[in-house]
This record gives sequence, structure tokens and C-alpha cells, in this order.
Amino acid sequence: MASFDKDFSGLVAIVKRDCETCRLLEPVFQRLAAERRLQIHSQDDPAFPASIAVMDDRALARSYRLEIEIVPTLARVESGSERERLVGWKRDDWRRLTGIADLGDGLPAFSPGCASRTVEPGLPEKLAYKFGDTPLQARRIKVAAQQDEHELAHERGWSDGLPVVPPTEERVLRMLAATSRSPDEVLGFAPPDLASCTVEKVAINAVMAGCKPEYLPVVLAAVEAALLDKFCMHGVLATTYFAAPIVIVHGPIARAIGMNSAHNVLGQGNRANSTIGRALQLVIRNVGGGKPGGVDRATLGQPGKVGFCFAEREQDSFWESLAVERGFGAEESTVTLFAGGGVFPVGDQKSREPESLTRCLALSLRAVYNARIYGATDALLVVSPENMRVFRDAGWTKARFRAALDEALTVDGRDIVAGAGGIAEGMPLKLAERRLSKFRPDGLLIVHAGGGAGMWSAIITGWGRSGDHGSVPVTVKIRE
Amino acid sequence: MATLLDPTSELQPARRMALPRPASLQGKRVALLDISKPRGDVFLDRLQDRLTAMGVDSRRYRKPTFTRVAPVELKQRIAGECDLVIEALAD
Repeated sequence: MASFDKDFSGLVAIVKRDCETCRLLEPVFQRLAAERRLQIHSQDDPAFPASIAVMDDRALARSYRLEIEIVPTLARVESGSERERLVGWKRDDWRRLTGIADLGDGLPAFSPGCASRTVEPGLPEKLAYKFGDTPLQARRIKVAAQQDEHELAHERGWSDGLPVVPPTEERVLRMLAATSRSPDEVLGFAPPDLASCTVEKVAINAVMAGCKPEYLPVVLAAVEAALLDKFCMHGVLATTYFAAPIVIVHGPIARAIGMNSAHNVLGQGNRANSTIGRALQLVIRNVGGGKPGGVDRATLGQPGKVGFCFAEREQDSFWESLAVERGFGAEESTVTLFAGGGVFPVGDQKSREPESLTRCLALSLRAVYNARIYGATDALLVVSPENMRVFRDAGWTKARFRAALDEALTVDGRDIVAGAGGIAEGMPLKLAERRLSKFRPDGLLIVHAGGGAGMWSAIITGWGRSGDHGSVPVTVKIRE
Repeated sequence: MATLLDPTSELQPARRMALPRPASLQGKRVALLDISKPRGDVFLDRLQDRLTAMGVDSRRYRKPTFTRVAPVELKQRIAGECDLVIEALAD
């Protein structure tokens, strides 16, 4: 609390005409002005209260610095130091504070105050930017009068090709208000430039991606996960393969921020799904310096590289979520990052028995990356509600499904070695006599998601360099 | 004037830098752009002679008027046909 002249002693009042209690107290203020040393600031009308000297605080500078939340506020100040503060009207308290025994005679004993204009929606961040000590350290880029700020973002290479929300100080402050983490906290080093990635830089890119502030904790966790060494973001970026960081959100936060886990879950249309994944990609682009044709060497890429994020459909799932499988509590909010390529649909309209459906899904899973390459590429299987119903009706747990799937994904080496069937690609010849598993242990992730109707599931193919020599899926807890 | 916060690592200067000059003109086609100021053609004629003598391919283009920025169609044509541009800016 500050902002009084250091030699000022007396009373300070903050009022607004729009407040009924303030209007009720007009004669009180007039009397205080006559009998005491009173400094009175009006938030909306310098002619109120009438016939006394009022300081114009329509810009709210004084109100902001005094952290006024309710009007009227009456403070007693001695030599620039605030000794006591009253809010609203309590006659006895005002009489005691002012030392005027009959103050407000004829007025009610109590009347509540109103909200200060400084706490109107959207204003706190505006005022913080205008009058506060900004915590923002990022370089300021001036937009010339004749320049279009949207075009500037593209010209400077900040965009993935789609429009970005201009990252003004006000918007970034509003974004940062959604986390308790300090703007200068370093989350890690963003590849490929290994630039220091602060909470502030993430917030700037989250603004640009179109995130609401309430998404920021998810974005921060996704960035933290991407910067973990074992996720190998540098490789995921630099590969000629299709890989992108795919963000899967678990736990209560997914529903709290309105994420989609149902219809069109892997598609467009939900702001949180669309912008959280994009914010992560913009961080890699802008903070890390990773751009297509630069260190991003993708031969073909895929649309999910703009941003790929969705929530698991946990509320009516028969199986434990991916996050629970990975050791987290069902009530914990987490993000899992998976280095994935494109979406590969699997349709099975006829299987009503879990054995049949499992074998059918396995057939498609065997084609991930290449039907002749085993043990190299992870996969993410998205089981839709209608497909899950088959397992639920038969009482199959996730573990039982996994065991049956493992069996169906293990083949004779001789069928997939190089040269077999006249195809040069394949596993080393020395493995011809072995039984080979399609996925490394822990290399197949399974989630439940999608709309209620449709016997589809989806395979999201992993990077060709999955595992310890490439990217390992990572799960990180979301911090508020 | 609006102020934006830099979303990058700030490893590059805040001012936008010009593209690097090509190391050589060999194999490149040069656009010679006359902005329609008097005697710009004289300057470009000399340049074209010298480029031709160096074995460098060039093409001539002309803005309808120096008072306005180049029409989009002209910019697209130059970008599609040439690798770099030399502009005759003054009288």
C-alpha cells in the first residue's frame, strides 16, 4: 500500500457517483471536507460530491495504486502511512475513525458499498499494464501507425500460416493471471535453438494461438513435457517423418475448460483442443526457432502439426484412462505427449465379439509405419465408445484387451524379413526364426474418445524412432 | 501506436533484417524493375548490358507509376519468373 504524499496526514476517500451508498453519504463528505483534512477522489464524476474539492480519478490511477475494491473507501493517513481503512458505510466506525461523534445523524446505521470501478471485468489487467510495475520482460515491438498488427505477425515469421492474436501487454498479463507461476520461471530449453523458455514466453505464444487464460496451465504442462529430454522434441521436429507432439489431456481440468472428448474429437471446432496444441507448436517455432524447411525437415508433414490436442473420454469409459495406466490418479489433471504422425481410421462394422474386434484392430496396427517394420514405432489407439461397448459387454478389462492384442500383434519373423514376398523392406534376416512383436513394451498407448455413434477407432502412428533411441511418451502433472 | 510482446527467443535483432545477398548470380535470373521514373531505363539498359556480358539472364519489368506500390500481379509475376530484383529508384 503506498501512494500517499509522505507529509500528508488526514482522511482519504474514494467514491463514485454511480454508487448508491456514496450518494447517500454526500452530506457526510461535505461535512468532512469542512471539518477535517480530506482528500476525496471520484472514480466517475469529478463534480461529485457537489460543492467540495474533488480529485478526478476517472483514469483510476489512484484507485489502482491504493488497491481499492469497494467504494466508498475511507482511510486515515498519518505522515503518508495508512493507519486504518473502512469500506462501505458503518456509521459507528466512521464516527470513531473521524472523531466526529454525530457524523451521519439521520442516515441509516449501515449501508454496503459498491464494487470499485477498478475491479470491473477486464479492467484489472488494463490497469496493471497502465499503472503497475509490469513483470513482463519480453522485448517490445512497436507497430507503426500505418501498419496492420496481424500482417506484422506474419511478416516477422511468428505465425504457422494462420492468423494469430496480437500479443499485447494487456492480453499477456491477462493470460499470466491464470497461473500462480512466476513469469520469469524457466520451463526448460526449447529446441532447436535451446533457448530459455519462460512462463512469459509461453503466455505470449498462448495468446497468439488463441488460448483463453484458463488453458494456460495445460499449455505450460505441455511445454514442460515437450522439453523433457526423453521426449526428444529436437528429433521430433527435425525428422523427415510426419511426427508432431500430440497432447492428450486427462483429469478434471479437461472438463473444467470445456475440452472436447466426444464428437469429432480429433477434428476442428473446439477452442481448447484447437489452441492448446497450437500454442505448443508456436513455442517450438518462436522460442525454439524450429520452422519448416529450417530444422523442421519433414518431407510431407501432416495437418496435426498446426497443433494436435484432445481429451480422453473418461466420464463413461469402461477402462482406466491412459494417465491412470501411467501411474497418475484419476482425479489428477495431466497431459501426455506422444510423438505422432497422422490419423489412420479403422472401420469394423461386424465384430460383436471382443476376440474378433481385437484381431481386426491388430491387423491395422500391424501396418503402422510399415507392415514389415516391427519394434520401431509406437502407436496411439483411440477406441471409440461403440467399439468399447464390445469389450464392456464381454467384461474385458483393459489389461485383458492388451494381452489379447499383444498376442495378435506377434508374428513369425520369416513373414516380415527383408526380401520376403518380393519386398526389399523388412526386418533383418537373422530374425527370420523369431517371433516378433509389433510394439516395444509400453509402445502402444490406448485411450477412449469419440462420439457415441460410429464403429470406428483410430490409430495415430508414432514416430519411426520411438523409444529410448528416439521419443518416449511422457506424462506431466498440470499445475495451477 | 500499439505495442506487441516479442514471442521469440530474441536471438535475432528486433529490426527485420534484409535477406542475405546471393553469393553468385550464376544460374539466377535477375528482374530489372523500372519504376517509371525518368531515365530509369537508361540505368537499367546499362545494367542489363553488363549482366548479359557476365552471362546472367535478366528480364525487364515496369511499374505503371512510381507514385504507387507495385501492383500485386506485377510482384507475383516477378516472384514467379526471377530469383532477385534490381530496381531503378531515382531519376
